[in-house]
Amino acid sequence: MSMEDIYAGAIKDPSNQPKKLLRRVYDGTIIAMTYAEILLNRALKDFGSEQIIGYPDTAYHLPVITCLSGEKVTKLGELVPILNRMRNQIRTDLNFDNARLWGESVLYAAEIIETLNYLRGEEPKVKPWTGFLGDPIVRKHGIKMVDWTIPGVAVILGRAKDSQAAKKIVDNLMGKGFMIFLCDEVIEQLLEENVKIGEDYIAFPLGNFTQIIHAVNYAFRAGLAFGGIPAGERENHRDYQRRRIRAFVLNLGELDDVKLAASMGAIFMGFPVLTDQVLSDDMQIPDWYISEPDYEKIVPLALEVRGIKLTSVELPIPVNFGPAFEGETIRKGDTYVEFGGGRTTAFELVQMVGPENIVDGQVTVIGPDIDTVPEGTKLPLGIKIDIYGRKMQADFEGVFERRIHYFANYGEGVWHVAQRDLCWVRISKDARAKGFLMKHFGDLLIAKLKEEFPAIIDRVEVTIMLDQAAVDEGLVLARERYRARDDRMRSLTDESVEDFYSCLLCQSFAPNHVCIVTPERVGLCGAVSWLDAKASHEISPNGPNQPIPKGPAIDELKGMWHSTNEYLYKASNNTLEEVNLYTLMDRPMTSCGCFEAIMAIVPEANGLMITTREHSGMTPCGMTFSSLAGTCGGGMQTPGFMGIGRTYLLSKKFIPADGGLARIVWMPKELKEFLREDFVQRSIDEGLGADFIDKIADESVGSTVEEIIPFLEENGHPCFNLESLM
Amino acid sequence: MPRYRDLTHTARPSDAPRVVDPKNPIRTTDPGALQMLKLIEERNIETVYDRVVAQQPQCAFGYKGICCRICIAGPCRVKKEDGPGSRGICGASAFTIVSRNLVRYIAGGTASHSEHARHILHTAHALVEGHADDYEIKSPAKLMKLAQDLGVATLDREEKEVLKDVVEIGYSDFGRYQDRPLAFLDAFLTEGRRRKFHHTNIMPRAIDGTVTELLAQTAMGVDSDPVNIIFGGLKAALADLGGEYIGTTLSDVLFGIPEPIVSEANLGVINPKMVNIAVHGHNPVLSEMVVAAARKMKAEAEKVGAEGINIVGICCTGNELLMREGVYLATSSASQEMAIMTGALDAMVVDIQCIYPSVQTVAECFHTKVVTTEAIMKIPGAQHIAFNTETAMEDAKKLIAIAIEAYKHRDPKKVSIPSERHKLVAGFSVEALTEIFSKINPDRPISVLTDAIQSGQIKGVALMAGCNNLKRLQDESHITVLKELVKNDVFVIATGCSSGAFAKFGLMSPLAVDTYAGEGLKSFIQTLEAANPELSTGLPLVFHVGSCVDNSRGIDLAMAMANELGVDVPKVPFVASAPEAMHEKAVAIGSWAVTMGLPVHVGSMPPVEGSDLVYGVTTQIAHDVFGGNFIFEVDPVLGAQKLLNALEYRTWKLKIHQKTAEKNSTAIAQGW
Repeated sequence: MSMEDIYAGAIKDPSNQPKKLLRRVYDGTIIAMTYAEILLNRALKDFGSEQIIGYPDTAYHLPVITCLSGEKVTKLGELVPILNRMRNQIRTDLNFDNARLWGESVLYAAEIIETLNYLRGEEPKVKPWTGFLGDPIVRKHGIKMVDWTIPGVAVILGRAKDSQAAKKIVDNLMGKGFMIFLCDEVIEQLLEENVKIGEDYIAFPLGNFTQIIHAVNYAFRAGLAFGGIPAGERENHRDYQRRRIRAFVLNLGELDDVKLAASMGAIFMGFPVLTDQVLSDDMQIPDWYISEPDYEKIVPLALEVRGIKLTSVELPIPVNFGPAFEGETIRKGDTYVEFGGGRTTAFELVQMVGPENIVDGQVTVIGPDIDTVPEGTKLPLGIKIDIYGRKMQADFEGVFERRIHYFANYGEGVWHVAQRDLCWVRISKDARAKGFLMKHFGDLLIAKLKEEFPAIIDRVEVTIMLDQAAVDEGLVLARERYRARDDRMRSLTDESVEDFYSCLLCQSFAPNHVCIVTPERVGLCGAVSWLDAKASHEISPNGPNQPIPKGPAIDELKGMWHSTNEYLYKASNNTLEEVNLYTLMDRPMTSCGCFEAIMAIVPEANGLMITTREHSGMTPCGMTFSSLAGTCGGGMQTPGFMGIGRTYLLSKKFIPADGGLARIVWMPKELKEFLREDFVQRSIDEGLGADFIDKIADESVGSTVEEIIPFLEENGHPCFNLESLM
Repeated sequence: MPRYRDLTHTARPSDAPRVVDPKNPIRTTDPGALQMLKLIEERNIETVYDRVVAQQPQCAFGYKGICCRICIAGPCRVKKEDGPGSRGICGASAFTIVSRNLVRYIAGGTASHSEHARHILHTAHALVEGHADDYEIKSPAKLMKLAQDLGVATLDREEKEVLKDVVEIGYSDFGRYQDRPLAFLDAFLTEGRRRKFHHTNIMPRAIDGTVTELLAQTAMGVDSDPVNIIFGGLKAALADLGGEYIGTTLSDVLFGIPEPIVSEANLGVINPKMVNIAVHGHNPVLSEMVVAAARKMKAEAEKVGAEGINIVGICCTGNELLMREGVYLATSSASQEMAIMTGALDAMVVDIQCIYPSVQTVAECFHTKVVTTEAIMKIPGAQHIAFNTETAMEDAKKLIAIAIEAYKHRDPKKVSIPSERHKLVAGFSVEALTEIFSKINPDRPISVLTDAIQSGQIKGVALMAGCNNLKRLQDESHITVLKELVKNDVFVIATGCSSGAFAKFGLMSPLAVDTYAGEGLKSFIQTLEAANPELSTGLPLVFHVGSCVDNSRGIDLAMAMANELGVDVPKVPFVASAPEAMHEKAVAIGSWAVTMGLPVHVGSMPPVEGSDLVYGVTTQIAHDVFGGNFIFEVDPVLGAQKLLNALEYRTWKLKIHQKTAEKNSTAIAQGW
């Protein structure tokens, strides 16, 4: 179905157009276009046409324009012909076909107006307002948006009938796990009601007026970054938006011409718009511009019109639950009770048990629950999860145990970091005030484990220990299991297993990308290990993770097998024929877009550098993470550049064909600290010495080749003695 | 656009009738004017009230702004929604026609205010050159402050030298061709406004150039883009504000900064035993001289049997003299004819603006002499004495002599003066208000006002301004809006004929505080009074800040509050209202007030309803771009409620932004 087909039938009788709506959209379009023109020409007078322009932290220039017409705008003067083209496509005849083009023009106008705001220094915003959302944020949450882990995207602009109503809508959407973009006074309404909004909650308060475009340029970047759709392929980008971005717009409160015109921009992208205003028929377009004054009905109707079906279960806990709260930090001052983190003894353990040793659904709390302790208490904690399942394997214990982190953090007011006997948990005062108990923590874990792994898990029982003696006793048992698991992990090597696993999870948005996950090479997102893939295969045998029987190798050193090539060819839709798993330089693995880190060669140093999603600064290859991501994402093989998971650096199979660890000449300080202990061990094992990590340059040494080479030479970095990379 | 808590308050006006009681010629609520109409009932003199009735129904095309008379191929009207009838002969559609008509009002208003400014500049220039011996620098302090604002050196310099430089800058502001901002505007703006006007390309560089450019822009066959036309209009509106700044600041330099002063108002101030001279119009340059001359010529008046000379003011000339000299205010704009109908007015000396041509027709029924004084303002049948700054006192004396001569011909049978007169306190320049506040907080005087708003004691500040418009009864809307606002604890300042209405009704008196102010406002005013025991006048219910050019004082107060709060004007709980707007000047003032970031209520519908685009830009989108917006509402009670809603909206948002900044330890958000 072509993009234009989806609007067919909205206007039953072309001679009977919703004139009143269309006239206002037309008026709003004129206002937006002229306003953009006035600002642009004043800016040209002030800065000249050669002035460099752009948003911060993006490799996609002005994403709306990059996407829709392919111009990679970097200079002010380049905007003139673009704006003129958009002015020129505005036809006065009032019909829905013309209106969508007006909507497109308004998207351009808003992008230009906001670009000029950045040029003028009118941005950035103060917290929690975001303004433009940089690529790191798009990459952090964008995957979940396009793979539908986040079930949908709600764009709310205007002002709800009152603040409580705004809160109700947003709480409801957050509970369902929606990504939310907010513009205008709905933001103040939510702040008034102390609703948690901001980058940490995937609920972005963009700003006012034309700042709504930052929702659009966020969405459009998904097609570029994850969809692998080349810049300028307007119809393909629209199609991608319609198919992958399950967004709708709620335009609340009194309407104005510019908001109506912007709404038509959303409709141009394939997103329906609903308003709480009572509108006559000539102010509506069936399925596209809809009046629903009932606040109880407007969100369900939006889901229905956009075709969003929710599958998640309702949890019987007194706090909100969803990915919106995943990034929530609970500061010390907001903490009601705290466990672990070196302050008290704590552990968490998933263990497989037999059918006779488990009471399904039971949560037992040993010791006094948190309603009996005063604020500020630090308690010991043991979380023991017993699982029975006909398809359960001991290998999956660790897989499920790591899910505790995600499930716990989805709870509003529950904060969890680290794992095993290092885990650290905080419960906020707010959560406690709402009645949250550790019993609910158990309920939450049971519900989510059963919801996500129904094929493996038949019964779950949780024991929460808050009593020191019980925790001490449990810890002994837990440490035994950890040791056994570690031994097993050490025995899992690429050589020792029969099967590798594929991961095609990202093909929903990067259609030609194929990950091959081996015991010693974690998926580039860092989230799918060989065991994860194996468990996932058990859960859905026809799912994205398929076993690839390894068979004989073609090239042991570079890591090429007949079987992996064969699989790759088919799975990449016949676009890629061969792949090497152990090298960066020759037919390397492709990258989808969700990589945690990127490696790139630094020929001057005969080595390679690594930068991470978290590091926004410049790097010695002359590109930031964002720019690098733009060059190697989208399922292409790009020798010399590759997306990886952070922990791949610790693998014995870290690019052995290229010389392994010794090649690393630069990485951000933060990554060094993150990996330090294990990295040092690996360096010793590789004969590079315990101080190798300190021979690697970082941003404190410099961010250019010129700055780091003297450092590498002084410190006797081994890179110069290695075989030439090129 | 702003969206208010009360969901019934949208950008659309209510269904209230646009012309109240169209057949009723008793179109005033002013008790003085009503008494007057009663007193002369049998005389059958045609007044403005009769002519309003005679004009009904008024042209609906003109009313909506869709009648185009810019070229003589017209007049063209927008008759239909679609097709050839939806456009003028040249193809101009409704939004082009409405926006062109609208901004041409602004051009007219700006030309008017700047004419006033030009006159003051010429006077100051003559003073510097030594050709205006009758004038002096009455407030050197204001001159020095002004010079500093404008970047003129003051150290070790003679006052006249400094004034010379200031005047030169003022002259440059009329004719500058370089792309530099108007100095008399730029110097006073907040940083936020300065940037906004520059970025949106509406910062004027010269007053005359901007008006001329706007006429050229809106000529037949030039601009047809309504948004571009409106931005041209806003530039002219800002030039109008520049002109007002020149007028206000230099008037203060030459005639003194107003200070609290007691006076009286309404027709009862006309004294049957004295030679009565009404000064009417807008310009203090002449009228200040008339006041001075009258003091010198008391003896001449006594010679003809009068007890002395009684100067009374009408309209904004009246306001200028009331503010600085405590001269009685006889009446305001729509009842100007009534002053003559007392039969005791010996001369009406007029300068410019808002003078009904009919004053001469009415004067013909009496002994009253109408005298025009300006080269651009003459009335057939009226005498003309050309007023020159060089010979100011001499000219003023000639005017007084005409009145004394006329007094001899006064017909006692025709004398019927209404008894209505009310005490008032006026003279509240921003300097005077600041002085009062400083008794509570000497370091940050304006915080006295902003703290009272943030604590909820008062709801905000309203600037009430503007004319009379007889589509509703005279003064009814001014009075109703005021009563609603003060009842709800709004601190009200007023200018122009809005002030005139309050003065005439006795609402500008300290006595009115008890009767009309809400508890919060009452306690606020009491706190101010308690801190200022030396102020023997007491403080009024509503604070008179001056004539219509002195709306510049109003925006000065708003900007001082913005700076105090660390935000730009659009976030300040400050609104403006012109309940009975009439003149082109009002359109210019309202437009710059919106551009400056204020919600502006207008109680008489301007001709914008013929284009939804123009209506939407003025009432909704203006807020998104500039932070201010028009509120068109002809029902005064609803108008006041909408103003209260607008204040609530701002206080609410400001509070949330402050709380959020505190919580996140950031600067306060600058969005609005």
